[in-house]
Amino acid sequence: MFESLSKRLEGIFNNLSGQGKLTEEDVNAALREVRIALMEADVNLKVARKFVERVKEKAIGANVMGSLSPAQQVLSIVNEELVEVLGGSDGKNKLDLSGNPPNIIMLVGLQGSGKTTTAAKLANFLTKQGQRPLLVAADMYRPAAVNQLKTLGKQLNIPVYAEQAGADPVDICVHSLDYAREQARNVIILDTAGRLNIDERMMQEVMNIRARLQPQEVLLVADAMTGQEAVRVADDFNQAVSLTGMVLTKMDGDARGGAALSIRSVTGVPIKFMGVGEKTDALEPFYPDRLASRILGMGDVLSLIERA
Amino acid sequence: GRTRQFFSRMSQTVQENDTLTEELWDELLESLLAADVGPNTSMWLIDRLRQRAEEEQMRTGSQVQRALREELTSLLDQPSPLRFSKQSPLTVFLVIGVNGSGKTTSIAKMAHLLTREGHKVTLAAADTFRAAAIDQLKVWGERIGVPVISQSPNSDPGAVVYDAIQAALTRGSDVLIVDTAGRLHTKNNLMEELKKLNKIIQKFVPDGPHELLIVIDATTGQNALLQARTFAANIGLTGVIITKIDGTAKGGFAFAVADDLGVPIKFIGTGEKVGDLIPFEPKSFVEALFT
Ligand SMILES: Nc1nc2c(ncn2[C@@H]2O[C@H](COP(=O)(O)OP(=O)(O)OP(=O)(O)O)[C@@H](O)[C@H]2O)c(=O)[nH]1
Ligand SMILES: Nc1nc2c(ncn2[C@@H]2O[C@H](COP(=O)(O)OP(=O)(O)OP(=O)(O)O)[C@@H](O)[C@H]2O)c(=O)[nH]1
Ligand SMILES: [Mg+2]
Ligand SMILES: [Mg+2]
Repeated sequence: MFESLSKRLEGIFNNLSGQGKLTEEDVNAALREVRIALMEADVNLKVARKFVERVKEKAIGANVMGSLSPAQQVLSIVNEELVEVLGGSDGKNKLDLSGNPPNIIMLVGLQGSGKTTTAAKLANFLTKQGQRPLLVAADMYRPAAVNQLKTLGKQLNIPVYAEQAGADPVDICVHSLDYAREQARNVIILDTAGRLNIDERMMQEVMNIRARLQPQEVLLVADAMTGQEAVRVADDFNQAVSLTGMVLTKMDGDARGGAALSIRSVTGVPIKFMGVGEKTDALEPFYPDRLASRILGMGDVLSLIERA
Repeated sequence: GRTRQFFSRMSQTVQENDTLTEELWDELLESLLAADVGPNTSMWLIDRLRQRAEEEQMRTGSQVQRALREELTSLLDQPSPLRFSKQSPLTVFLVIGVNGSGKTTSIAKMAHLLTREGHKVTLAAADTFRAAAIDQLKVWGERIGVPVISQSPNSDPGAVVYDAIQAALTRGSDVLIVDTAGRLHTKNNLMEELKKLNKIIQKFVPDGPHELLIVIDATTGQNALLQARTFAANIGLTGVIITKIDGTAKGGFAFAVADDLGVPIKFIGTGEKVGDLIPFEPKSFVEALFT
């Protein structure tokens, strides 16, 4: 349904010779299209504007060389810049489990973003890497949240620490430490309840869990379909619990995932995984170049430029 | 909220300004974009407003703002109540949507509302796929005192719907609400499954389902329109429920969705509790963008 960005850019550059240097006028016209494409991909308005400014600086005066058309030239600069902002090759998009065991991974996020499913996926992923994870059911609010995690744990044959209804989530997390030691588990994954970033009482709860448990990783689980508010949500969670990373879920659909760019550029929090399905093995490491092409709505960006 | 700030800042600027400057139009456009109204609808709205401003010789920002409210409101359909069967003793509502949007919770809220209005409601746990989805609905059923018809996990959702229809008829329920598994609109096999559920309902309740409701999370961006379109194209929709409006997102996609599909928004979810569901009201939805 989205008109392909490359087609739109080709249209803009149609009247140009296709050689020489890119002028400010050319670049402005092209970047207007880029900005619209970014908005269609749910990149935050302000983030999109800043991003386009950065691209503009690089694009004006750039030589249009070889077999690249001006459109392809702009696209390749946009793409490079996107990959860079999304995490490039800084190596920070790996899970850090270098602390003293048990290493603790805490998952936080809005309601329904995919925390419980991601907890199970991570446990599965780590088990395959030879780790011995423990899942902890710290959502005492959503009906059957504990059962959901227990069911997933059973499917994967991974233990789940849970307490009776009415128990305090902070206590549960603290108690799970002893349980992990008894059971010789070396990674603890905390599944917390979904909460709104503006719910002070609930935000205090995750702050308390963070303070007491000192997790090695605090991951924001964010839905790839999130719109403009992603920035504020991530910013609020980051302020409250100092995020160490993000998991972008539901990437198996056709959401463009621009929210990830917004979150990444505003908080600096690296994207560590992508959820690509409902099953417990549907978790992938994060590749900035793939998301960049997706945000631009063109799977063929890279091959297009590489071929040129 | 951010949107709120944008819009209230706008209303200030707007009232101070006597002339309609380019900055004002820009700011107006940005406030729409920031509310997830989307580039297409937002640009269309601005063009339309500019045209009206000229035709109606608007001179002040507050005139433009009033016109914007009118335009936004007219994109939304009039509030429309739930549709009940006139022919069959049982009314069936089928509730669908992508993963985690708030289907199960909204169903519990609707059942609660309808029970209080004197209906006899039965729920069908046709999400047999997601871990503990059946338990989740059962917990709600117990809380609100409404029977939940279910089978074991991973059983055929069609069989659950069949069972639930028979059970609802036997018990003398007048409303059956079917909870379905979350599914991304891009998954063809899962769309086929929904069509099957639809057929089973129609076999026993020929004029059903009386409502085909899509549940969309207010935090969603431009993907909401794709969701609504695809579900509509595959099995048709009669209404939309927007959940999680208690967060800071304002659900600006609603304008494009309502306009595009011509389907009314029926309810707004305002929290996680059973009472947190209110009938949709176009005026106050638009007003919420400005206050
Ligand atoms: N298609 C798809 N569905 C997913 C993915 N991750 C999670 N889901 C689904 O999204 C829905 C919500 O997932 P949960 O794990 O229950 O989300 P949550 O964040 O724990 O929800 P709360 O605890 O209520 O806040 C479920 O239907 C999951 O199966 C994904 O990567 N792809
Ligand atoms: N704040 C808020 N949370 C809501 C609202 N509606 C639902 N939720 C929460 O969103 C999460 C997901 O809700 P569910 O009802 O399980 O969503 P679902 O669409 O049935 O999910 P799947 O069956 O996994 O696809 C839960 O944590 C709910 O408590 C709402 O209006 N406001
Ligand atoms: Mg959960
Ligand atoms: Mg559900």
